[in-house]
Amino acid sequence: MSTTRKRVYGYLAEFKSASALYKAAEKVRDAGFSKWDCYTPYPVHGLDAAMGLKRSILPWFVFFGGITGTATAFTLAYVTQVVIYPTVVQAKPTNIFTIPAFFPVMFELTILFSGFTVLFGLLGLIQLPRLNHPLFASKQFHRATDDGFFIAIEARDEKFSPQGTRDLLANIGGENIELVEEEQN
Amino acid sequence: MASNTDHASHADSGIKLPVLKREKLILNDRSYHWITDRICGIIENRQPLLWWLLFIPSSLIALIGVGGGLFHLVSTGVGVWGNTNRIMWGWPIVNFVFWIGIGHAGTLISAILFLTRQNWRTSINRAAEAMTIFAVMCAGIFPAFHVGRVWFAWFLAPVPNANAIWQNFKSPLLWDVFAVSTYFTISLIFWFLGMVPDLATIRDRCKPGIRKILYGIFSLGWRGGNRQWSHYEMAYLLLAALSTPLVLSVHSVVSFDFATSVVPGWHTTIFPPYFVAGAIFGGFAMVLTIMIPARFIYGLQDLITMKHIDNMAKIILLTGTIVGYAYLMELFVAFYSGAIYEMDAFKFRIAGPYWWAYAAMMSCNVLSPQVFWFKACRENLWVVMIVAMCVNVGMWYERFVIIVTTLARMWLPGDWKTFSPSPQDQLLFIGTIGMFLTLFLLFLRFLPCINIAEVKWTKLESDPHFEDNESHPDAGAEVIPAYQNELSSK
Repeated sequence: MSTTRKRVYGYLAEFKSASALYKAAEKVRDAGFSKWDCYTPYPVHGLDAAMGLKRSILPWFVFFGGITGTATAFTLAYVTQVVIYPTVVQAKPTNIFTIPAFFPVMFELTILFSGFTVLFGLLGLIQLPRLNHPLFASKQFHRATDDGFFIAIEARDEKFSPQGTRDLLANIGGENIELVEEEQN
Repeated sequence: MASNTDHASHADSGIKLPVLKREKLILNDRSYHWITDRICGIIENRQPLLWWLLFIPSSLIALIGVGGGLFHLVSTGVGVWGNTNRIMWGWPIVNFVFWIGIGHAGTLISAILFLTRQNWRTSINRAAEAMTIFAVMCAGIFPAFHVGRVWFAWFLAPVPNANAIWQNFKSPLLWDVFAVSTYFTISLIFWFLGMVPDLATIRDRCKPGIRKILYGIFSLGWRGGNRQWSHYEMAYLLLAALSTPLVLSVHSVVSFDFATSVVPGWHTTIFPPYFVAGAIFGGFAMVLTIMIPARFIYGLQDLITMKHIDNMAKIILLTGTIVGYAYLMELFVAFYSGAIYEMDAFKFRIAGPYWWAYAAMMSCNVLSPQVFWFKACRENLWVVMIVAMCVNVGMWYERFVIIVTTLARMWLPGDWKTFSPSPQDQLLFIGTIGMFLTLFLLFLRFLPCINIAEVKWTKLESDPHFEDNESHPDAGAEVIPAYQNELSSK
């Protein structure tokens, strides 16, 4: 007899197409759930509204990341070329008026810092990387990256009930409804 | 807006304008699972014999050319290159600009075609991005070793060194360091982020074992939840928006290396757009050069269709014509400026001892793409392949003409030289071709060469409103087949 305790993660239900998933998502949203997600092999456009998700806040991070890049490049160029080591080359001034020559580097570092902010901001927002997830215990979930459309409603959600949620998923067209459990030691 | 109102009034008066049927980017109504299977199959199955027949010689060439060539260079000194006192940029910088240019199509396809909603990009963007990364790696070798003592290459970075001398931020060469390294980094991030969902697909198909662990690590634990996709798509859009000015800036900065000098033949304002158009031109030719064979070897005809090849051929025609315009405009400006040195520089290019390089550039870059005006030529893969090869050669000659012929006749007649590359020069260039092919073949072997998630997204039924046909504003209008239907009915 196994001694591992299991904790319920939630219900996973499959839907037959992107359209079916879309309509089902609207109903789950209207039922007032908050800890749930739609799993699709490709980004289904319009699903954000059907799920009631807000626009991603990533652009704000990137805006400040980009400004940091511009400021870094300007400081680097200005301090080294004007303050610490002023050298007359190409008959250009060694004061603030030499700034047009700094524009290419300021531009490049703006892009570079923004790019890194996109990468790390995204990883922060989607909470990756992580080594495992309860859903990976499901027998059918591997199809979410192939041709399966799924909705998973977590047991942590206040509206979750073992029977009610199962019925809801069945009523809105869910098939192969599965109770996903995560192992706990 | 105007066309919308026109449309509405037509609909009211009962006249229905014919609607162009939306083209299918994937032929034969392939299912999602077929797409996954076909692309992941490339990685999961044994490689075809042709893969080995290409991989073994290219890796040997890379080993001898880049490995051996650089070992010889470093252990002997940079003098083994044929660069002379006047033609000190010579062959290495020709190759640097050539490879950097190749890299441009990748970011153009992934960023600019993404922003302009050209959905056909999805079948080719992954391979083109990989090509970018590998081309920039090949490019980086040349300036890094061109500094002479490669172990001092870190002097390029703005860090305090023992001499307390700072880099000259007013120099285009330093701008180049920033532009190229930023370009490489951002291209790598773009490529990797775009690949995460596809790596997860491969992970989910692997049997437990070392492969599953490795693909699992690189797919970061991606689950494909819409709460992830939502941020992911925003990140992708942002990267595309960042890469678009970046890709235009990189070759502009490369061209500043020349344009900000006071050398006749280089000191022109047309250089940045001319270089960028040339880079896109050469990049697309390289995409075709490697994707047409890959499409055959791996049976990807339903994913990379004739429509894709047709589009790329048209871009080559467009950019080739822009490049041709730039060549002629250079000549015109040299004449119109009345500057005798400028005029002489161009006379020397056309009629001097390097006339053959100029002729090769003109015929390969300007004349050969003109066959793409004809549909029959765009549909014949042999013609497309030959033109792409011509463009690859022509773009190399363009850089040779710009760099070598200009430096061969500078201000002092005492400096005039005729350049000939040394065997080491040639070996290293051939080596980088081998390195490029080796890296690309490894990419085909280990990574998803087509963007699985995005290709699935282009299927018509991927739209969640696909089944709500009734609400279409043009319901009942005559549907006329698009180009692709014509092609497939042949």
